[in-house]
Amino acid sequence: MEKFAPVKRSGDGQPVRYLIVDDSVFARKNLAQMVETFGGQVAGEAGDGVAAISEYERLTPDIVLMDITMPQMEGIEAAEQIVRKHPGARIVMVSSVGYQENIVAALQRGARHFVQKPVKPEVLYEVIKYVMRDEQAAAQSAGAGA
Amino acid sequence: MNRLRRRVREQEPSMRMELIQPFINSADAVLAQGLESPVSIENLTMDEEAYRRKGIAAEVCLTGDIEGRIIFDADEKAAKSFARHLAGAEAPGADDLAREAVCELANQIIGNAVTVLNDQGFHFRVHPPTLLASEQGSKSSEDTEAVVLCLSTQSGSVFMNVALRYHHRMMEAATAAR
Repeated sequence: MEKFAPVKRSGDGQPVRYLIVDDSVFARKNLAQMVETFGGQVAGEAGDGVAAISEYERLTPDIVLMDITMPQMEGIEAAEQIVRKHPGARIVMVSSVGYQENIVAALQRGARHFVQKPVKPEVLYEVIKYVMRDEQAAAQSAGAGA
Repeated sequence: MNRLRRRVREQEPSMRMELIQPFINSADAVLAQGLESPVSIENLTMDEEAYRRKGIAAEVCLTGDIEGRIIFDADEKAAKSFARHLAGAEAPGADDLAREAVCELANQIIGNAVTVLNDQGFHFRVHPPTLLASEQGSKSSEDTEAVVLCLSTQSGSVFMNVALRYHHRMMEAATAAR
């Protein structure tokens, strides 16, 4: 797999912690391998939207990679519930179903970005960097104000 | 590809090529990207019988403007090879991983195809893939024959059995518009 410069949390320089949510063990394994090549750490995994909500509460990851089509509770609803309670949650939807309505619905309900499957590592990497930018900006402005 | 399109049109006017083409394109693209090797379409036929599983198969159902189901089926050797290739290494529990690989490939191929159909104005819901455990899958419905697509990859053969029809609301709207 391609080499990527590690994406770190700007506040403490620690690896970005991910929660990976997908009903496919295979897809989770695949995403886990990818985020490790980005210098990230898999904090936890969940197989449906209900488990994603409880795992988010327990782990408070930096980023959630969330599938859409899942049993019990779909990813968009889970994202909405997480963001309602944690407005700073960074959720990236990762789904093979990438039509406009789905993307708009996900973004309206609080997701930060959307990546279509099959996931290209270089695309996910750019999205992760983009989504983590707000944390870097916050850290920089805090540094400037100190 | 035009030859295949003509064959389907001649043989089955009710299963419109506009519904099938996105699945062919998507299977071609997803498999070629995932396996990093070329894929060729070996055969395209019609099937009125209940589906007979050939290896490890996953079924995805669609409901909405277009209804039906798609079965993605890979022979066992091909499925294990997909799993190895996509996971990047031989892994313990290869059988489980092969089943997961088939479900995930089905999910990606069908998800990408319905994305195209949705952008053409069809609205529907995609249900999560389920593994077909029985030897025989569900028969296509009485007014829908299935299109069976055979694709050849370096890892082995894969089959897609696509049985879709327009929902009655769509048919009525089309009739009213004429």
